Amino acid sequence: MNLPRGQRQVTLTVNGQRRNVRAYPMERLLDVLRQPMGLTGTKEGCGEGECGSCSVLMDGVLVNSCLVPILQAQGAEITTIEGLARGPQLHALQEAFLQCGGAQCGICTPGMILAACHLLNGNPQPTLEDIREGLSGNLCRCTGYTQILEAVGEAAGRGSAK
Amino acid sequence: MRSDPEDYELVAPGSLRAVVSLLAEEPGVWLPIAGGTDVMVQYAAGKLTARKLVSLWNLPELRRIEVAENEVSIGAGSTYSELRAHDAVAREFPLLASAARWTGGVANQNRGTLGGNIANASPAADSLPALLAYEAELILVSVRGERRIDYLEFHTGYKTTQLAPDELIRAVCLPRRFAGYFSYARKVGARNAQAISKVCVAAIGRTHGGWVEDVHIAIGSVAPVPLRLWETERGLKGKTIDLESVLRARKTARGEIRAIDDVRSTAAYREHVTGNLVVEFLEGLSASGSKA
Repeated sequence: MNLPRGQRQVTLTVNGQRRNVRAYPMERLLDVLRQPMGLTGTKEGCGEGECGSCSVLMDGVLVNSCLVPILQAQGAEITTIEGLARGPQLHALQEAFLQCGGAQCGICTPGMILAACHLLNGNPQPTLEDIREGLSGNLCRCTGYTQILEAVGEAAGRGSAK
Repeated sequence: MRSDPEDYELVAPGSLRAVVSLLAEEPGVWLPIAGGTDVMVQYAAGKLTARKLVSLWNLPELRRIEVAENEVSIGAGSTYSELRAHDAVAREFPLLASAARWTGGVANQNRGTLGGNIANASPAADSLPALLAYEAELILVSVRGERRIDYLEFHTGYKTTQLAPDELIRAVCLPRRFAGYFSYARKVGARNAQAISKVCVAAIGRTHGGWVEDVHIAIGSVAPVPLRLWETERGLKGKTIDLESVLRARKTARGEIRAIDDVRSTAAYREHVTGNLVVEFLEGLSASGSKA
């Protein structure tokens, strides 16, 4: 296949599906997910790794996709917000965010949920302090933090049920 | 202005040998990028001057943490999350584990590397005072071979280092002679999370029968390079920790740091806080001796 000068063929698995993309190697994982792949659930906030809106899981590890050049995702397994629900069945975290009012404007929500997902994968019964630390790289400018923390606690199956 | 990806080249040769060969072919041209937590920020801001980048991410040769009899050797590509999770690091080098915990949020700890923090040489980097306090050594690698240098001599000025244009940091070696030392780490910034330090202290010490046997005090964010407070340390060795020695140490430390004014803070504030943190360290050191 002929590629424009400087572009590369990159293969990665996104939400369980193998994808081939042509991209410049310094294109950000964030842009590749949003544009050619159409997965616009991953948001861009600051674009410099401070806000966590663009959080995704790369090989099971939470990363800011705005700081990952696509070449470094070659061969990786990526999970975005679109990959959490099973058909019509929402992920427990998505259910809990709805139930607790953990989403306001919604821009931070996908990143918050992926950060929470990463936290709960390694620590299924987190303390409130663990949740705060696990989400410390994710900013919510509606400042609905209390409900977000509650939602994560709810999803972990510990308290906050009214 | 955001950078255009078309203008940049990035390669991932996949082995340390191939990376150092590339650096040797065109010294100073290829910029190493590991987890991208610094380079990609410059790139996003349109401030990345290098046009050719070479990826170090996931190079197995840089990812190992090895515990030997006399030292723990940490591959330069180890991430902050890996440092936090490592038993020997947490047990014997708590200052480094604390610095790893303070550096950014979880996503940045999963990508930011110890070698990147050192090579980037920001005077505000949180892990650097810990490495000074533990008298780390660095293993540098190039096609010419490896050399080992004292970390104390690595930084030569603001963002300048001893690293040659064709060299990489391969590993950071921490001597295992500080078991049983009291340790103290404190970062002073605008907030706990995600804030760059105004003053950052890492210190260790040991007392015997009330006398200071050994003490290492390192400080970051106050001057163009992270510093050891040699004069303050000399003034404490062999002394008891009492009001007189503590106040003298505070005064010496304030005078010794050559503090800078910058966007985050003023020299006067930094001097004041540095003195107070030295006092807090000595109070802890004194209390640790009375418990033993």
